[in-house]
Order: sequence, then C-alpha cells, then structure tokens
Amino acid sequence: METRELICIGCPLGCPLKVKTEQGQAPEVTGNTCRRGEVYARKEVANPTRIVTSSVSVEGGRQKVVSVKTREDIPKEKIFAVIEALKGVKVQAPIQIGDVIVSNAADTGVDVVATRKCPVLNDLL
Amino acid sequence: MYDVVIIGAGVSGCAAARELSRYQLNICVIEKEEDVCCGTSKANSAIVHAGFDAPGGSLMAKLNVEGNERMEELSKELDVPFRRNGSLVVCLHEEELPGLKTLYERGLKNGVRNLRIIDREELKELEPNISDDAVAALYAPTAGIICPFALNLALAENAAVNGVEFWFDTEVTGFGRGEGCWNIHTSQGEFKSRYVVNAAGVYADLLHNMVSGRKLHITPRRGEYCLLDRSAAGFVTHTMFQLPGKYGKGVLVTPTVHGNILIGPTAEDLEDREGTNTTQAGIQELMKKAEATVKGIPFHEVITSFAGLRAHEDGHEFCIGEVEDAPGFIDCAGIESPGLTASPVIGSMVADIIYRLEQPRLNPDFTGSRKGILDPKTLSTEEHAALIRTNPAYGNIVCRCEMITEGEILDAVNRPLGAKSLDGVKRRTRAGMGRCQGGFCSPKVMELLAGERNIKISEITKSGGASQMIAGINKDR
Amino acid sequence: MQNYDIVIVGGGPAGLAAAIAAKEHGVESILVLERDQELGGILNQCIHNGFGLHTFEEELTGPEYAARFIERLLEAGISYKLNTMVLEISAQKVVTAMNRTEGIMQISAQAVILAMGCRERSRGALNIPGFRPAGIYSAGTAQRLVNMEGYLPGRRAVILGSGDIGLIMARRMTLEGAKVQVVAELLPYSGGLKRNIVQCLDDFGIPLKLSHTVVNIHGRKRVEGVTIARVDDNRKPVPGTEEYYECDTLLLSCGLIPENELSKGLGIEMNPVTSGPKVNESFQTSAEGVFACGNVLHVHDLVDFVSREAQAAGKYAALYVKNQAGHEEFGDIPVAAEQGVRYTVPNTVNPGRMEEALTLRFRVGDVYKNCYVAVYLNDQRICHRKKQVLAPGEMEEVVLKKEELHAVADLTQITVKLEED
Repeated sequence: METRELICIGCPLGCPLKVKTEQGQAPEVTGNTCRRGEVYARKEVANPTRIVTSSVSVEGGRQKVVSVKTREDIPKEKIFAVIEALKGVKVQAPIQIGDVIVSNAADTGVDVVATRKCPVLNDLL
Repeated sequence: MYDVVIIGAGVSGCAAARELSRYQLNICVIEKEEDVCCGTSKANSAIVHAGFDAPGGSLMAKLNVEGNERMEELSKELDVPFRRNGSLVVCLHEEELPGLKTLYERGLKNGVRNLRIIDREELKELEPNISDDAVAALYAPTAGIICPFALNLALAENAAVNGVEFWFDTEVTGFGRGEGCWNIHTSQGEFKSRYVVNAAGVYADLLHNMVSGRKLHITPRRGEYCLLDRSAAGFVTHTMFQLPGKYGKGVLVTPTVHGNILIGPTAEDLEDREGTNTTQAGIQELMKKAEATVKGIPFHEVITSFAGLRAHEDGHEFCIGEVEDAPGFIDCAGIESPGLTASPVIGSMVADIIYRLEQPRLNPDFTGSRKGILDPKTLSTEEHAALIRTNPAYGNIVCRCEMITEGEILDAVNRPLGAKSLDGVKRRTRAGMGRCQGGFCSPKVMELLAGERNIKISEITKSGGASQMIAGINKDR
Repeated sequence: MQNYDIVIVGGGPAGLAAAIAAKEHGVESILVLERDQELGGILNQCIHNGFGLHTFEEELTGPEYAARFIERLLEAGISYKLNTMVLEISAQKVVTAMNRTEGIMQISAQAVILAMGCRERSRGALNIPGFRPAGIYSAGTAQRLVNMEGYLPGRRAVILGSGDIGLIMARRMTLEGAKVQVVAELLPYSGGLKRNIVQCLDDFGIPLKLSHTVVNIHGRKRVEGVTIARVDDNRKPVPGTEEYYECDTLLLSCGLIPENELSKGLGIEMNPVTSGPKVNESFQTSAEGVFACGNVLHVHDLVDFVSREAQAAGKYAALYVKNQAGHEEFGDIPVAAEQGVRYTVPNTVNPGRMEEALTLRFRVGDVYKNCYVAVYLNDQRICHRKKQVLAPGEMEEVVLKKEELHAVADLTQITVKLEED
C-alpha cells in the first residue's frame, strides 16, 4: 500500500488530500471537501493532467495575439509538446471564443481553442 | 575639422555648447551614453543653491551666486520648470548657533541676497513638520528648485537648433596632436578639432591627464537618494538642509519642482566611476538623517531610490580654464554641487575663454529661446480641449500616474535630439516616473517608440546599449 | 455637460458587475468609463484558467470570465466609453474625463461607483538596493507583455514574491521559453494560493524559497544577476546567507495597492490598512453617493468575490439613486477588527439599511492554525467558527444576519476577532 499527499488544484481552496493506493483496488481519497478533489486525486496518482493556456499570433486583428487553452485537460507530460504545437501558429482575425486554433494538439486528442475574441483591426476603429 | 569638440553632454557641456553656438563656430558634442543628461546631471538634488556654502572668494562661490541670479531668466528663455522656494539650513543644537552665524556671514560675503537667520517660531510657521529639536535656521529666499533633466535637455536642444552637432554612444579613448588641432580618438573614429572642452564629469580627470603633466584627481562621490510620491507634496515646501557640525552632515529634504519630496544625498567616495547602485546601508542612513530635520516623513510613499556620482576634485573647486601645458584643451572639471546652479555661468565662462582666443564672429541665426514639450496640464480646460481637437494624441493618457499624454511622448521622440529609449522618454516627459514606476505605461511607450523610430520592439532599450527591454518573442527558444 | 444616474469609473470585473446589477435594479442611465481600449480590465491578461467556479460553476480563463460579463453588459444596453481617462471627480459628483475623440467632458452623476482596481508595488517602493538596469518588471507588466503582446521579457528569471501573479508568471515564462530559477518570498509563507504553488512551481520543478529576499541587483544596462539572502524573524537579511543567481530578469510580485488617487482627490476617508476607502454596508464611502467595490476597495484574491461585492455595490447605488435606501432610524455601527483580524469590509453597518444577510469580508495578519473566528455584537458572541488554517493571502468572510443585529438593544459595536478556543 502506498499513501500520497496532494494539494487539490480543483479550486482555490487547495484542500490537502491523502490518496491510498493498493494493488487491484480503487484508490481511497480523503481530505477533500467536494467531488472535484476525489476526481483530481485519482487522476493525479494514475495519469496527471493539466489544462494548458497560452497565446498565439493573430493577423489582421485588433490585438496582436489571442489567448488559447486546451479545451480539456491533457496529460501533464504533454504540456511542452502542446506548447511546441502552438509555436509559429498564426491565425486570421476575426476570432470568436471557442474557435479551434489547433485540433488534436500534439496527438492528445484535445483541441486548442481561443479564449478571447479578436475582431478585425478596422472594425469599430 | 571642428572648431570646438565638447566632451560630455551633461549640463556643463551642453551649457558650453549653447553659449558657443552664439558664434560662427563648427561645434560638436560627443557623449559616451545614448542621450544627454546621463551622468552626474541626471542624479542630483535638483536645487538651485543660494550660494552661502562655497568658500568666500572661490570660483565656486562666484559662479553659484551668478548662476542663481541668471536662472530665472534662463528658465523662462528655455521653458524649464524652476521655482524659488527658498532654502533653510536648520540648526538642531543650541551650541551650534555660531556655525549658523558663520554660514550667514559667508553668504553675505559671497553676495547672497535677502539672507537672514530666523528663530524657531518663524521656522515652525514656514515648515510645520520641522523637528522639535530645531532652534533656528538660515533662511535663503533666493534658493530654488529646478528640473535638472529639463535644464540639460533644453540647453542641448537649443544648441542643436543653433547648429551644434551631437554624437552619442561615442566614447573618447585618447588624444593626439595634429596640425593646429587635436585628434580625438573615440569608439566611433577620429574627430579633429582646434579646441577641446573637457566636460566629462567623473571622467574629466582621466581625459585631462591624457594631455597634461599637471595631474588632476577626481573622486566619484556617491550620493543616494529616495523620492516620495507626489501625494506627499506639501510635507515640506522649502529645501531643508541640516547645519553641518560635530554631529555630522545631514541630508536635505526638499520638494521637487514637480511636487515630489526628495531626500538625500549620502556621501561615499568610490573607485568605480559607474557605481550608481544604491545600497541598503545608504538608504537606511539617509532616512535616519532626514528624520533629524523633519518629523513624520511618510516613507511609505517612497516610489524610487537612486544614486548619483559627484565629480569631486581633490581641491573641492571648479577647474575651468585652458590647460597650461595643453593649449586649446579647456577643462570644465570638478563640477560638483553647486554645478547645476552654476551651469549657465560655466557655459559662458567656457565660451568666453574660446572667444578670447579665437575672436569668432557672432552667429546671425542664433535664437536663444526654446519651447519645451507642451504639458497640457498647464493649459486651461478650454485650451486643452482645443488642443485635442487639433491633435487627438493629447487626449490619450499613456502614463496614468503622472498623467502624460501620447501627444507629449510623440513630441519627446520627434523633437531635436529626441528620445530613443524609455529613460529618454521618461526624462523628457516624466512618463514612468510616478508611483507605479512604468508598470502600466512602459509597454505602451515601447510601442510608441518602436512606431515613431520605425524599429522593432526587440531593439527598444531602457537606456541605450545592451539595455534591451525584451529578450524575444514567445516560444522562440 | 452630460448627465447619467450612475457613472462607474473602471470597466474591469468590478465595474462590469456593478453596472449590470445597477441596471437590474431599475436604473436605466448608466455610464461605464474605461481607460483601456476594451472592457474587462486586468482579466484580459490573466489568460490562465481558474476563474468563475463560484460564479459560473465552471473553470474559465480570465478573458472568458470577462467576456461573459461584457456580453451581459451589452445585452443590457449599458453605455460605456473606452480609452477614456477620468481626471477628476468633484464633490458635486461631476466627473471630468478625457479621450481622443470627445476631448474633455464633464459628466454629472447622481451616484458614482469607484472601480479603478489596483496597481503593483514597484521596485522603488520595495527599496531593493542595487543598479537600475532593464529587465526588472512587475509581474503584471510581464504578464501583459507575454500574454497580450507576445513578447518574452527575458530568458532567465528570478521572481521575488510569491503572490498569485508571480506564481502564474513563473509558469507562463517557463512555457514560453524562459528558465525560472527560483521564487523568493520574504515571508515564511506564500502569499499565493496553494494550488498555484502546485501547478505553477512544483509542476516545473521551480524552487520556492520562503523567508528570502533580493538584497542586490547586478548589471548596469540589463540585469545580469541578483543576490538573494535569507531573512530573520524581523525580515532583515542574514549576513552570510547570500546566494548569487545569474539571470537577465527580475519579476516582482510583492503586493498590490488600490489605486485611489481619484478617491483622495474627493477627500474620501481612507482605511490605512487596506489603502482603500472606508465603506458602510452599502459600499458607500464617506462621500455621499460615491460607492466603491473591487480591488480599489481592498485587494481580492478571487475575481468571483469581486463580482459579488460589485453586484452589491451596484445594487446599493441603484437604491440610492431611486431614493430607496433603507430608513435610517439606526445609526452606523462600527465594525472593529481585533486579535489577528487586520481589517473588515465594510467598516460600518447600519442595521436599518442592511439586507437580511450581509457578508463581512476580512483578512488575518498571520498564519493561524486551528483557531476560531468570532463575531461579537457588543460583548455577545454570535459566531464561533472553527478554522483549520487561516492565512493572510486568503480572504475570509462571515455573514451577519439582520435579525441578530436587531435583537441586540443598544448595539454600539460589532467585533470580528480570532480566538484560540
């Protein structure tokens, strides 16, 4: 049996979690104050994941860059691969929140989407 | 071939350049930094001394009093913020009253006007936050405060408009004698000039010693300061000195012409001529000393600290004149306090020396007046509104702490000897000089600079040279 | 002169939520003045996720959170002006503002809501000795450069201060191509959220050195390195513990200061602890009809709480404009912060004007473990809540009920304090 201590990143509370793992059994999570903590702890001991946020260049937009995120959490060890997949990416304005910027980034099966809208440069200016 | 090459674009060098531009001379100022006002002239107490401090009969005393008298007219002519706020030398110990008297008498001898000793009661009335220990003070109503950047820049701009060339990022490495001229070796090649003016601040002794057997020695004397936010304005209204005596030499507490409170300087002799770093000990020392003069200084309002180097010559005297064993080489060395006050007269003195040797003809196109960057805060609401209609950039605030508009920044970049760096913009407009110290406005100023100068953001520097503001673009490992 | 019922200074999260709430409470004529080129304030540069769990029950990034409020503002048809700087607010509630296209304008308001946010403490205010080269950025400025302009401020960074923006920037800089060597924190505990230490530092192996500070900055033109030293219990550097870090960048995340220059110009009474205005239960300042909310009032850690507070301020401003603020047969009862509690917002409560329930927000001055948050009405304890951990970096709240306050005869003081048992 192995016990790991974690800090939940599910919300700003940051609950201190304990995860007991025994072979062939589902891990036992204590210390969480909500369901999110349990989900996080199970993932964190088996296959830790993170949401990745970054930004990419925009052409013809009112902003120079637009912020993006992975639509869902991706395996932690793929964080830098996802960033690498965004390198050199240039998107054309206009952009809406949720627009897919890179699909299936770094073979994670997860799309990178815009988190901010970017109107065309001369609109409203 | 130049008639005159002036080394150093500080306040002395630029004052000399401007005075010399009254004549038909081919003049050039060379400066090792990227801009004017980058050395001693940028980091000092920013005050115009009355003139009671310098020893009677000294050149320092003479130029101080004359400089003080000329500052009013000059500041109007060059559109430089200047105010006679008066200074007070505060005596904190009964037994040191004779020292105050000595200072008073020296002032009279030096020709300082309206000087008088005031008692505690009057002092308290002038400065309600005065220390409870204060017994009396020497009151000099002629003392003033000035923007040192503005004065230096105004002199330089006016010289440039009158035909003086400026070479920046040009460091002098040596001298040779040519035919009837000096060959000046620099990082940008050789300059030939019949006269050389050595206004190199803390480096003036090194340059002097390259050409003369009569050695000069200058010690860079560091002075640390801290600056309080404009919200502390009114804490003191006069420039407050402490009477030097057996309890040591205090530090001054003074308003600046822009409404901040300035405290300093410490005095520490260094070897390093670039040692403008502040130290924990220095800042603590000056805070402690300042509290002896005035009580309840709002130190939580400190927005920045800085250090400057005074060019302290061993004899503590201005060394201005043609070097005896180096004809045509004119020193303007040892210019420490009250150098800023004396600068207009230093400029004239240098010009007179060259005039006597050369008898040049007057420059018929010389124009002595210069307009500074228009500060919309000095306008009425109607005038400012009208200005925005003709130039909308004056309606866009870039620096929110000091309320500096885009119009002012564009002017700073595009005027003669315009700003090339963030510090250049800051010294000209005050953008970035306020309570957030450029936190909000520096990205915007960088963008304006890049746009106006047509350079990449990656080329924008804080203060020239290798002071790039950014290292690259995202993900570009 | 333009006329509005409510003028809101600032179009960030506080200003947006206040405007929407005021509109929902029946005020039609509302104007939001924003100095930046778009609404949303600092959220636009906070591109990381973690916002909105309380408000929307999902994790959003800063721009997404802002967009939801902006959308509601637009749907409600609330007027706003961008690129517009407020220069002054007079006691008569005439707001002087300026922009490129309209020049200088005077806007008369029945009520003003202050929502200007805060600024970062600068190197100068921290009195860090050394040279003054390029490469010293406050974390928020670096965040703007990286997230909104696409520029990397440096390649090797040291971060002073473990506030959330500092931690977030440690991760952002790392992802975008910099090596973050260390985060130094003067205090013996982090000022940021625990989860940010996990996902911004631990994930990338960035060490956090508590009780450490920067004692020297090297490099004349660009930062070449910094010296870090351990500090003693009085936060003074311990000689002999200095370590040199080679780096080209120093980021500072050492606290935020509410931006109250306009409030001071109005002569509003300030709370020296928060550096924000003192307010009553309606978020009204000492200037009648002038309300304050969000980070201009006191620095928050979570935008969700900013939104809630601003909604309340917007509602009370609407009631004020419509002359429906509660009757005043009760006096304003002062709220005292004692024994470990640094401050409370609001500073006074009028039992006549308050809602059925009022959230009192506060911060503690140190890390406390296993203690109780106690609330007293005069000397009667009405709340005694056990807390495992309380930390200065995390805002706390207690709820006051109107009926409890009304039940106490001659109520003269409300006290919030920490107790050991």
